Amino acid sequence: MLLIHCPYCDETLPEPEFAYAGEAHIARPADPMALTDEEWRDFLFIRSNPRGTHYERWRHVHGCGRFFNAIRDTVSDKFAMTYRAGEPRPNLDALKEAAE
Amino acid sequence: MTQPFRIPGRGRVDQSRPVQFTFDGRTVTGCLGDTVASALLANGIHLMGRSFKYHRPRGVVSAGSEEPNALVGTSRGPGRFEPNTRATMQEIWDELRVESQNRWPGLAFDIGAINDRFGRFLPAGFYYKTFMWPRSFWDKVYEPFIRAAAGLGRSPTEPDPDLYASRNLHCEVLVVGAGPAGLAAALAAGRSGASVVLVDEQSAMGGTLLSEPDVRIDGQGAWDWLAATLAELRSLPSVRLMTRTTAIGYYHQNMVGLCQRVTDHLASPPEGAPRERLWRVRAGQVVLAQGAIEKPLVFDGNDRPGVMLAGAAQTFLHRFGVKVGDRAVVVTSHDSAWHTAFDLARAGVRVPAIVDVRAQVPPDLAARARSLGIEVLASHTVTGTTGRLRVASVMVNPVRGDRVGPWRGIDCDALLMCGGWTPSLHLFSHTKGSLAWDAQAGAFLPDRKTEDCEIAGAGRGLWGIAAALEDGAKAGTAAAKALGRVAGVGTFAVEDDRTGSGVVVKELPTDRDASLAKAFIDFQNDVTAKDIRLAVREGMRSIEHVKRYTTNGMATDQGKLSNINGLMIAADALGKEAPQVGLTTFRPPYAPTTFGALAGYHRGSHFEVTRKTPIDAWAESRGAVFEPVALWRRARYFPQGAEDMRAAVARECRAVRTAVGLFDASTLGKIEVMGPDAATFLERMYTNPWAKLQPGRCRYGLLLGEDGFIRDDGVIGRLTADKFHVTTTTGGAARVLNMMEDYLQTEWPDLDVWLTSTTEAWAVAAVQGPNARKLLEPLVEGLDLSDAAFPHMAVAECTVAGFPARLFRVSFTGELGFEINVPARHGLALWEKLWQAGQSHGITAYGTETMHVLRAEKGFILVGQDTDGTVTPGDAGLDWAIGKQKKDFVGKRSLQRPDIVAKGRKQLVGLLTEDPREVLEEGAQIVADPHQPVPMTMIGHVTSSYWSEALGRSIAMALVEGGRDREGQTLHIPMPGRTLRAKVTGTAFVDPEGQRLKV
Ligand SMILES: [Zn+2]
Repeated sequence: MLLIHCPYCDETLPEPEFAYAGEAHIARPADPMALTDEEWRDFLFIRSNPRGTHYERWRHVHGCGRFFNAIRDTVSDKFAMTYRAGEPRPNLDALKEAAE
Repeated sequence: MTQPFRIPGRGRVDQSRPVQFTFDGRTVTGCLGDTVASALLANGIHLMGRSFKYHRPRGVVSAGSEEPNALVGTSRGPGRFEPNTRATMQEIWDELRVESQNRWPGLAFDIGAINDRFGRFLPAGFYYKTFMWPRSFWDKVYEPFIRAAAGLGRSPTEPDPDLYASRNLHCEVLVVGAGPAGLAAALAAGRSGASVVLVDEQSAMGGTLLSEPDVRIDGQGAWDWLAATLAELRSLPSVRLMTRTTAIGYYHQNMVGLCQRVTDHLASPPEGAPRERLWRVRAGQVVLAQGAIEKPLVFDGNDRPGVMLAGAAQTFLHRFGVKVGDRAVVVTSHDSAWHTAFDLARAGVRVPAIVDVRAQVPPDLAARARSLGIEVLASHTVTGTTGRLRVASVMVNPVRGDRVGPWRGIDCDALLMCGGWTPSLHLFSHTKGSLAWDAQAGAFLPDRKTEDCEIAGAGRGLWGIAAALEDGAKAGTAAAKALGRVAGVGTFAVEDDRTGSGVVVKELPTDRDASLAKAFIDFQNDVTAKDIRLAVREGMRSIEHVKRYTTNGMATDQGKLSNINGLMIAADALGKEAPQVGLTTFRPPYAPTTFGALAGYHRGSHFEVTRKTPIDAWAESRGAVFEPVALWRRARYFPQGAEDMRAAVARECRAVRTAVGLFDASTLGKIEVMGPDAATFLERMYTNPWAKLQPGRCRYGLLLGEDGFIRDDGVIGRLTADKFHVTTTTGGAARVLNMMEDYLQTEWPDLDVWLTSTTEAWAVAAVQGPNARKLLEPLVEGLDLSDAAFPHMAVAECTVAGFPARLFRVSFTGELGFEINVPARHGLALWEKLWQAGQSHGITAYGTETMHVLRAEKGFILVGQDTDGTVTPGDAGLDWAIGKQKKDFVGKRSLQRPDIVAKGRKQLVGLLTEDPREVLEEGAQIVADPHQPVPMTMIGHVTSSYWSEALGRSIAMALVEGGRDREGQTLHIPMPGRTLRAKVTGTAFVDPEGQRLKV
């Protein structure tokens, strides 16, 4: 059972309070009708599925109810950080350097 | 004395307190503190079970939770039967009933042992090779054979009457294993003031100290030191000690699952006490001090009862005061077994010889052996054993280089083996911590850590009490310091310690035909060295494949004894070094764990809640038959007298179509959508147009996923310009709210909208039928109910029967209908007033079954029944619900995806059977040509099917490829033994023009 930090509640809480919600930073196109079939297919179905650093969405569903973003390693399952929805995609390497 | 192998005055059991239990019906006397295994051994009983595949007679091998052979069934009273209890772990009490397993008719004579005689026909991969061909043999020959042979022990047949508890616990330091390393770690951390939890799976703490009383620590005997240490730990307020508690799994972020056995050792458990308790411990630091597990040696006949691990014999001697035999031969590749031999000899057991595979043995050990009259046979091997139900002699051969000399027999009734020790790193492996092969220790040792943990003692390949104490203290100190506490390093003065070393061996060398040898590696799954070599010869290269092909390590002991030996032999067969072949992965649980412990409190109504509507009690009092719908309990129908479902539903349907019906629709999902941008939000979420919907009106809403498939539907009423009352399907309420929140929060955070789940805030009574208005009119205040003033699809806030209400004029039946929403607390009172008022109008309560029939007669879909997540609005005939002028809504772009505009998609159509009395089976497959060869091309399936009382015949809906183009065609529904014919029609069976609503 993971411990997850909700960036809205600013609390680290057990996983059962949260629900996974797919890859992050995939914005719905402003005008879907302007997209080609291939572009729309990519938006709908194509995900990065990386081995390692993954930008993903979670919802504090049994808490504040907010969706937020997280960086998690898909091999170790470890969270690098969580941040609020709408914030830009953090540069993990820069963050690591800053920490060192 | 009924226990001829008990040594008076020895051991930690209470020899003044006899305990009587039964083993296969025969009364056996042990002592308080015995396990089933130690008590049986005290009575000279080694034969405790038969093996899984060959039904070979088997005795106890170990003294701990790694036991592969001595699995028994235990009965703790009515309904309390457990198979596969490890006899080495189960403590005895008066009236405990124990039975052996895998034998028929009896343990000593067993029919199934015939498999053993034909063992050469059951090699590795036997199941894969044998049960493949011909297909026709599967049902009649193979499956019955496998079923008869499968399974360990017998399953309990009654519901488990026991309680299981679960708890969460936070601590700074969790120490797993209370041997010398764990005790020292707990002391160091505890003395620093840290909150410490120390757990051990045994009934007593001490680990190897319990089996090595002659060691002296800080000037005291081992057991005195142990008692003093435990007393000090108990005196520290921040330290919690837990025995009979197995750490079963090590999960992320230092969460460790513990299973505590609370009452299995008690003759009369306290009333209401749980049998087991699962602890979820979140620890700041974890110290793994789980010790090491002794390796068996691999030689022909190493599974005969009486052949056991040397360390186990030592434990039975010192902890339980039991001699495992009168004449014990030791065979070893490690110094540790020599000490066992010495201890046994001094306790009065005859030890004719120590057979050591090593050419050089420590001279001090050899000298000591000789002084005790033990023959030292260095550079020797064991090539066989004799004896039927108990070992009677061992065949010992000298080894010179690669040559195995002639054997000679040595009589014995116990053969004690030791192939060295495997660090117990199961929990460490759960964390994906990596292991590295240490050539000197001849073992895998912890390498890279992924969690905040320390490994101490034998788990790091350290041998001896002094090393374990020192290492444990270091680990405990490190853990405390990591938590910011000040901790000193304890030191211990140890005398008479038993250190030593050994060599790693594969099978013992033999002069006999290896193809005839039964040299077991995995005792529980009957895997031999020969099987491993065969698997490699047949092409298995990965240890994971060897494991699955041979089933080595796949039994309930998860290869605690067998994995390393299997690896060594596989590596040898592959011509590789052990680390190049690698280990299979250890996964939780560390030891077999009951489902009860994992389920804990979550059983029955605590597992699946039953939600009841405010009207539930009324329905129950009227004898309603209920059905579960999305965790709700809903009245399915209201039988009168001796009515069956069909008769009750027919009556209820007639009432709605001719008079008036009353239906509890409270379970409908409800979401209040409020705010200045509420209409814009709904405009984007739903397919339909909302901007121009006037307050006081409602509309059918259709919700798609972004992929264009139908997700949900329901009526949405606009109460005011900025307030919408959205209804969803009963099962979809939470899903829809989640989806709405997702879009609102992450795609359109600029919209000023608030979403509130109101499902349980409102009770809903649906009044449906030609008499609906007549019934309702006298009860409604502040609203003109006439068709002109309050037409179909109108909504208003008013008072009904004195209660504040939201009144919808809607119909899911095709009849004149109203749905009355009142605050849930008034639901029952409203219902009763409607019921009262309806008596003169022929009111009839109806349930979900009638609701389903009535809506199907109208061709209204049920999302999730007539749709399955691959159905578009076009497929379902709902194109009319799409706002053609809308530039965008969720899923709109997908409606132009190539596959969705392609011809031949499955479309929802009506089906009328040729025989009007025939009601099709929901889910039945549909074919165009019934004469085609099997397997036929299926073109669709029946989604809804009922007897229509209104039409006096059956009706059905179906999803059929190109369905609407097939209208008028006859399709075929193959059923067992016959094929039904049905004609494709439209989906509106009753009143397709909707005339009945215009009243
Ligand atoms: Zn939160």
